[in-house]
Amino acid sequence: MALERSEKFEKMRERLTELKELSSREGIDMSEQIERLEDQLDAEQADAVAELSRYDRVKLARHQERPFTLDYIERLCDDWVELHGDRHYRDDPSIVGGWASFGGRSVMVIGHQKGRDMKENLARNFGSPHPEGYRKAERLMKLAEKFGRPVLTFVDTQGAYPGIGAEERGQAEAIARNLLVMAGLRTPIIACVIGEGGSGGALGIAVADRVLMLENAIYSVISPEGCAAILWRSRDQAEQAAEALKLTAQDLLELEVIDEIVPEPPGGAHTRPAETARAVGEALERHLAELEALEPDELVRLRREKYFQMGAWEEA
Amino acid sequence: MSWFKKPKQKITSQKRELPPDVWEKCDGCGEILYSGRLAENDHVCPTCGHHFRIDALTYAGLLLDEGFEEEFDTGLRSADPLGFVDSKSYRDRIEAASEEVGPEDAIRTGSGRVDGRQVKLGAMEFRFIGGSMGSVVGEKIRRLAERAVDERDPLIIVSASGGARMQEGIYSLMQMAKTSAALDRVADAGLPFLSILTHPTTGGVTASYAMLGDVILAEPGALIGFAGPRVIRETIRQDLPEGFQRSEFLLEHGMVDQIVPRGELKERVSVLLGHMC
Ligand SMILES: [Zn+2]
Repeated sequence: MALERSEKFEKMRERLTELKELSSREGIDMSEQIERLEDQLDAEQADAVAELSRYDRVKLARHQERPFTLDYIERLCDDWVELHGDRHYRDDPSIVGGWASFGGRSVMVIGHQKGRDMKENLARNFGSPHPEGYRKAERLMKLAEKFGRPVLTFVDTQGAYPGIGAEERGQAEAIARNLLVMAGLRTPIIACVIGEGGSGGALGIAVADRVLMLENAIYSVISPEGCAAILWRSRDQAEQAAEALKLTAQDLLELEVIDEIVPEPPGGAHTRPAETARAVGEALERHLAELEALEPDELVRLRREKYFQMGAWEEA
Repeated sequence: MSWFKKPKQKITSQKRELPPDVWEKCDGCGEILYSGRLAENDHVCPTCGHHFRIDALTYAGLLLDEGFEEEFDTGLRSADPLGFVDSKSYRDRIEAASEEVGPEDAIRTGSGRVDGRQVKLGAMEFRFIGGSMGSVVGEKIRRLAERAVDERDPLIIVSASGGARMQEGIYSLMQMAKTSAALDRVADAGLPFLSILTHPTTGGVTASYAMLGDVILAEPGALIGFAGPRVIRETIRQDLPEGFQRSEFLLEHGMVDQIVPRGELKERVSVLLGHMC
């Protein structure tokens, strides 16, 4: 519903661009008009976002124009050197990773990578990794640990790929191994859910000291469509399933599964990617500075303790 | 398996006169089996070797000298953190499962001995909401692992699960991280963890503790995988190969150490613990 208004917002943005061009071309001062229109757009977009249903957020989280992992790396890091391959079978382009400089320090960055168009999506399997992707991630995390560098991960996948080859090569084992490795990694890990946090495929790179989530990102044990198909016996009930699953950033903050919500611009991350990246970078820097002050033993102890407490049970 | 259609009409009149649960039909070969005989054979079909599903306490009895000598954390109950309601409320599902199977949720944990050696054992209860892993399963495993570390005992978990319990939303996903973190402590303590996979073990349980055994054993013919076969078929729009995701397939692809028939399991476990303790 709220997304249908995006056409109106699009028109307002076009009008803004026109005004700006006109003012510079003709040398007329239109700043007052421009500012008024900008304020109106922000206010209306903020209203629209406030009214979003959980399923609207799901659509925003999957938006084709949303910034992906490599976009954040480009905007936030220098000296990026991508590292390829799991050293066992192949390189999985659904997960990218490598060394980068962030805030003047070397870090290991790992993230799911979706494609911008059909061709790239086919190459990247729509961001759904095979076991090789998780094993590459494991290799890079251990590399970071070896040299005492922090790990930053960007989470954005609808899930680990369910296919024949994936099962043959141990999708479950690859994810399980990563959970174990991350639980004991002796260097800081921060995960940021930037789009879709799809179940075990997301968690496979997201056991971390701090977990951040963009305002319109989602994180769930199962996709609303998959949940609806099983529990409501119809994929058409996805909206209802999304409500029941409580999968938004706000939900997860209340459930104490994530540590912070990174705000998005009023129209969503894709409308102002630079501004979004700045907010992500600011949050990463702040958490990283805190974690860097901790000794590895303490880091691991606190991380494990955090996960040990997760869940909700009663004791008779 | 529907292609085995044995003439079952013949015995129905006879069956009615007998107390219930005296006869069971084998899912593997269709044979009608006498329950007493089946129980003596560890609930394995003497004709085709099909492994019937057994409950957690029966499994504990099979592996341990005297079954659980102490059972742990039987008072843990799910708290329904999301107030989840689909066609039925999660609370009602829990209540129904508790009445039918017992209130201990989808895993029973405790201590006992294997040929005299102290162990900590967890055995999953598939009949409790498909053996799904929610907060109670995760917490029981964490506490079991802690006890193993504190008392320096080896840890054994028998899995049977459809995966994460989606009615607990993100918390069910987080149990994967929680149980894996608990196993990392067991590994740090230098203690062995033996994972035994039974039919079926899929989803979040496979993608966490079930595949993290120092040694992984599987019952014959068990379905073991990350994604369920239906999801894979719908995704790739192809038929799945014969025997796909069965124990034998996993052994061939290097994912499990051995396939062990139930009748030989205790002895194998005992020898393995001897090598690793
Ligand atoms: Zn049989």
